Amino acid sequence: MSTLLGHYNYWIVIVLMMTGFYTVIARPNLVKKIIGLFIFQTSVFILFISMAKVEGGTAPIIEEGYSLYSNPLPHVLILTAIVVGLATTALGLALVVRIQEAYGTTNEDDIHVQDETD
Amino acid sequence: MLDILLDILSWILLLGGALFLLTGAIGVLRFPDFYSRLHAVSVCDTLGAGMVLLGLMLQGGLTLVTVKLMLIFYFMVFSGPTAVHALAEAAQVSGLDPVEDDREDG
Amino acid sequence: MQHLVDIVLLGLLMITGFAIVRMRSLLAVTMLTSIYSLFSALLFVVLDAVDVALTEAAIGAGISTILLLATVALTTEYEKVPSHRSLLPLLVVTLTGAALIYGTLDMPHYGDPNAPVHRHVAPDYIEDTPEEIGVPNVVTSVLASYRGYDTLGEVTVIFTAGVGVLALLGVHLRKRTEQPSDYHKLVVLRVIAKLFFPLILLFALYVLFHGDYGPGGGFQAGVIFATGFVLYALTHGLGNAERVIPPALLGILAAAGVLLYSAVGIEGMLLGGKFLEYNVLADDPVSGQHLGILLIETGVGITVAAVILIIYFGFVSRRPGGADAQDPS
Repeated sequence: MSTLLGHYNYWIVIVLMMTGFYTVIARPNLVKKIIGLFIFQTSVFILFISMAKVEGGTAPIIEEGYSLYSNPLPHVLILTAIVVGLATTALGLALVVRIQEAYGTTNEDDIHVQDETD
Repeated sequence: MLDILLDILSWILLLGGALFLLTGAIGVLRFPDFYSRLHAVSVCDTLGAGMVLLGLMLQGGLTLVTVKLMLIFYFMVFSGPTAVHALAEAAQVSGLDPVEDDREDG
Repeated sequence: MQHLVDIVLLGLLMITGFAIVRMRSLLAVTMLTSIYSLFSALLFVVLDAVDVALTEAAIGAGISTILLLATVALTTEYEKVPSHRSLLPLLVVTLTGAALIYGTLDMPHYGDPNAPVHRHVAPDYIEDTPEEIGVPNVVTSVLASYRGYDTLGEVTVIFTAGVGVLALLGVHLRKRTEQPSDYHKLVVLRVIAKLFFPLILLFALYVLFHGDYGPGGGFQAGVIFATGFVLYALTHGLGNAERVIPPALLGILAAAGVLLYSAVGIEGMLLGGKFLEYNVLADDPVSGQHLGILLIETGVGITVAAVILIIYFGFVSRRPGGADAQDPS
């Protein structure tokens, strides 16, 4: 029971991660793949932030009357990771747009067929 | 005494807001077409969220928190109806017609 | 009580995640992705990460959605049914998931205050921040001061991604004559957008300069600033937005932010400290820290806002059908 209560958060996050992972490897559409990557990425963020949580703690902004704070370090890492994630997602989407322009499709299977016939 | 009165009032507002949000959600599920669903959503947005915010303002008292809540309220009052308007506009431009109910009233 | 909120939010995230996998309409998937981000932002608030929540709400639910919509508009709206059955991926995913869950069994319990993560540097940061840095928000002090090197690296990555998008899509300085035929219908939106535009910029500045005391900082401020201009571009047309903030200027601004950041670091060296040491910037260390943090947060904000706008302009100035559709002949 204590294992369940202590770990359910991580387990659900892993299910979310695998949802994203499945979208990346099983769906042929490139935009969908990037969305899958985005879900995977957000789930990793949730995993990190879950680890930073201290039971009974509060947000790490120092204020009189509080002594227990959650861990600020993962917050910093994830804060910057979110912005970097956006930048890399945008780069991926830009590549998808160029692929669409070059091949006329964003479906992976069609792209493979075109590559083979060339 | 006043404290208790304010507390009761704020809880009435919070619960009322929650009730409106619930009806809005049920409306989105149950209404037949896009436009009537929008109607349910906009009730949710303005009345439900507005009442919740008012209730929270009463809880906050005369502090900076209340000022911030009032700003949020201001944004909600403007952005909610605008968003619904934009949605309806977009639906109309893309050629979605409202479903007319031909059934006889029974 | 907190566990209850936690479980409800995680459950909603799972439902949204599964819906995203199943749905074939990419527009609907985009909206669900935005909702997914919003739920995770709420979860971050519950988990005490207010700064992260602000960033996720602005980026995940805001800018990402717009970029995805722009991409969907340039590609196809419906995803094709995969030609082969997806049993192998399902197997791979199940095995990976099972391995990861097996791995979590050795992890400390959720919320355990004695977990190794909480015992090394983090207590020092929380204890020393009031005296050494003098700002209440520990996240800001770690981000901008204790781990300034990391943040400089992150800003450079963002800058590089902006350059990459520019190289792939480009911002075309062509004359824009287009005014959509149903432009007059946007009148309500345009009035409201005009009303909100200055407020959004003001809020961005508040988030930037109040980041020492409350949740906020350069990253969030930059994103909110960019959102203001994106709103303007959406309602008033791209041509007008580019007249307000020309793409050429954006390139310079993106570089200027990174330069400002590094300049603060080098200024510290010139004044006899180490790279990115703020103590020497003013007469007493704490006000030096304040000045340093403010300057580098401003640099971060400028770069982030400029890069996001470069990316946005790059996407929306593209036409469906490819590069040749671009000269209006």
